[in-house]
Amino acid sequence: MYVAVKGGERAIENAHRLLANARRGDQSVAEVTLDQISEQLGLAVDRVMSEGSLYDRELAALAIKQARGDLIEAIFLVRAFRATLPRFGASEPVDTGAMRVQRRVSSTFKDIPGGQILGPTFDYTHRLLDPSLAEGFVPQAPALAEASTAPTPRVTDILGRDGLIETSPQAEDGASVGDLTREPLNFPADRDLRLQNLARGDEGFLLAMGYSTQRGYGRNHPFAGEIRFGEVEVEFAAEDVGFAVPLGSIELTECQMVNQFKGSASEAPCFTRGYGLAFGQSERKTMSMALVDRALRAHELGEEVGAPAQDEEFIMSHSDNVQATGFVEHLKLPHYVDFQSELGLLRKLRKEFAEASAGANASDAMKEAAE
Amino acid sequence: MNAPAYNFAYLDEQTKRMIRRAILKAIAIPGYQVPFASREMPMPYGWGTGGVQVTAAILGPQDVLKVIDQGSDDTTNAISIRKFFAKTAGVATTTSTEEATVIQTRHRIPEASLHANQVLVYQVPIPEPLRFLEPRETETRRMHALAEYGLMHVKLYEDIARFGHIATAYAYPVKVNARYVMDPSPTPKFDNPKMDNCPALQLFGAGREKRIYAIPPHTKVVSLDFEDHPFEPYRFNAPCALCGAENSYLDEIVTDDKGSRMFVCSDTDYCEGRQAAGHHGALSAAPYKDKAQGKAREKANG
Amino acid sequence: MTTIAELPPGFADKVLSAQSTFRSVMDAMARPGSVQRILPMAGTPETMMRGTAAIALTLFDHDTPLWLDARMAESPGVLKWLKFHSGAPVVQDSSIAAFALISDGAALPPFERFALGTNEYPDRSTTVIIQVESLDRGPGFELRGPGIDGAATLQASIKPVDLFERLRCNETLFPRGIDVVLVADDAVAAIPRTTRVLGKGG
Repeated sequence: MYVAVKGGERAIENAHRLLANARRGDQSVAEVTLDQISEQLGLAVDRVMSEGSLYDRELAALAIKQARGDLIEAIFLVRAFRATLPRFGASEPVDTGAMRVQRRVSSTFKDIPGGQILGPTFDYTHRLLDPSLAEGFVPQAPALAEASTAPTPRVTDILGRDGLIETSPQAEDGASVGDLTREPLNFPADRDLRLQNLARGDEGFLLAMGYSTQRGYGRNHPFAGEIRFGEVEVEFAAEDVGFAVPLGSIELTECQMVNQFKGSASEAPCFTRGYGLAFGQSERKTMSMALVDRALRAHELGEEVGAPAQDEEFIMSHSDNVQATGFVEHLKLPHYVDFQSELGLLRKLRKEFAEASAGANASDAMKEAAE
Repeated sequence: MNAPAYNFAYLDEQTKRMIRRAILKAIAIPGYQVPFASREMPMPYGWGTGGVQVTAAILGPQDVLKVIDQGSDDTTNAISIRKFFAKTAGVATTTSTEEATVIQTRHRIPEASLHANQVLVYQVPIPEPLRFLEPRETETRRMHALAEYGLMHVKLYEDIARFGHIATAYAYPVKVNARYVMDPSPTPKFDNPKMDNCPALQLFGAGREKRIYAIPPHTKVVSLDFEDHPFEPYRFNAPCALCGAENSYLDEIVTDDKGSRMFVCSDTDYCEGRQAAGHHGALSAAPYKDKAQGKAREKANG
Repeated sequence: MTTIAELPPGFADKVLSAQSTFRSVMDAMARPGSVQRILPMAGTPETMMRGTAAIALTLFDHDTPLWLDARMAESPGVLKWLKFHSGAPVVQDSSIAAFALISDGAALPPFERFALGTNEYPDRSTTVIIQVESLDRGPGFELRGPGIDGAATLQASIKPVDLFERLRCNETLFPRGIDVVLVADDAVAAIPRTTRVLGKGG
């Protein structure tokens, strides 16, 4: 006797309860607060805001808590929430040249106006596990200087004054900036859409793709012209008010790569650009993004296109971790209907194969007997 | 904190308008994949976000919704999607194919004939039938524009050369209204004939790939084949062990570790309906309904 | 000058009225020649029928460039109402319009002036909405094609009188083409690009 399995609805409900309990863990251990996540796991929050495309530390912290620390799951939660928000318009372009920098390094010049500012960084830490951090650690007070009022011009602007680097590619006047969350993506895609795609793209994917260009798969000779991290003002030009209204400030990391030069009979040689930008402090992400951005400009710059990182369709179709994780993980959904269809076909083919082999053996045997 | 508040059927009205416009063009150009700005849904890509967006754009308070996955109303993802709409749109839901006005499906077409007042919404993972032959969207789009489908015929013919048969058992490509080659979603090829001249409207939603396409009612849908190798729907050797149906699609159930198998209808509503009407199979437990519910309780408690 | 308060209203219930109107239009498009009723009511600016107003509220927005025929475009009430309720940009160039509204069918421009789509993107074509006198009396047109079980007969009093002859361009254009929606008061019927007219019936 057999009866079909029922009760999926209850199973789902109980699975949700099990998840809630697993998320909370041992209830004798204090619950983690959103402030703790935001303050002490700040880079996780930054990543969730960047790839979730929503600048809200509190919601990102909530998403991380709800996702049990699974950052791709947290990014997904933020994206799904973001999709329901009303759209009022686009901000004015932010001026990263006017950033209040907390960190700023250039690998192309020993010193630059405004100076190199090491700031908070893992660079030059020795990666030795630190047992004193396990509990009750009080960090030493850092030396702090008054925020400098000296301008910190972008290194690319300094190079640009001498014409040593190409002017930043400009969109046509009056052209609206695309938004791949509001319009279907079609290929070939312009740089605005490519950069948006990379900014939302998975850090690990961009890291691997950027790395591959360094190892020769579409090499583009990068120098880290500048990486800066700090605060910028965001303004919104409200049509009915007639001027730009300040909305507040956000933290950004920007990376400007200075790459392999171009030139022709009619054009003096100059360096080219790769650009990376992310919410919060996300240096690995912005540097990888800048490498991939530059690689994707191969076609525009008349370079031979062949490496994965130069392939716009390949990169843009696979960079999104919410899409990727959904489709990879959907393989755990039931597929027994299509599997059954495949199984039936395979059995039929195997049966025919066995019959054909048996026929061949029989005729071989007859041949032998005849000899 | 911004406390989330959600619209009827979850999607905002601007998104619904955009999807509705895409649906109208999809119906006007049968089998052509209309690009649409698929939204991020509160369920993962690959888990029916395309179907869910199409359903959300068409669903109204008078509708009766049925959701199936693998032919069954009780698979976990079908339950999850049905609950989503019961919660966000407050619509009536049913497991009855006959009663439903909107049926969202993954991987099956119901066995019972559909009627004119129904819309069948398919969840589609990869809408492009040529994708596994040519990964580039720019190329496949050109092939559709020129109706240049030689590559597909070459692939099917290579199957025949290697295996003696067309080795595609599900997502078997069809030609719609003698123009577009279309992916029917990963339904078994057993279901392909049901798409042809179907009285119901068929809509297909691919969320991750951002495409919507359609087959209007009473439209010619032909499975690709060759004169000397005509399309053959998959056939089972035995009837359903529960209801005795001889012409339905069957799931294979492994009943022990010694090679025993049984075959039962994948369409649970169809199977239960037949049993309630007095049809029996070799292994049917009678009276079926009581047993099934007893088992359900056991499972949930266990 | 009309103020916003004096404009005819939109839907009382935006969400459910749009859903209901869409289903009528979807059914019309899926079953060419069948006449569907649009139930939700909105205010109608002069020269615009009830069905047209409901369709506008359901399908038009900032993303749908709109072309109006002279009679519609000359009506300040129509322009204000559309701008306020839909936000759709009204364009002079009919070849970039997502929708065209025709209240004077006799002055319907040639279809090639509208967007016909491309072979790669045949969906990027204008949906032409034509207000007609009647969708239940007048000459009969026998229609065939996807969405129709055999043949369907549409009885309609339509201008331009040669609409169906003009729509024969769809045969050679396909997959490019023009999709037409006919509105008579609260009745709607659709003639997508796949529909063929075999001849006039009784």
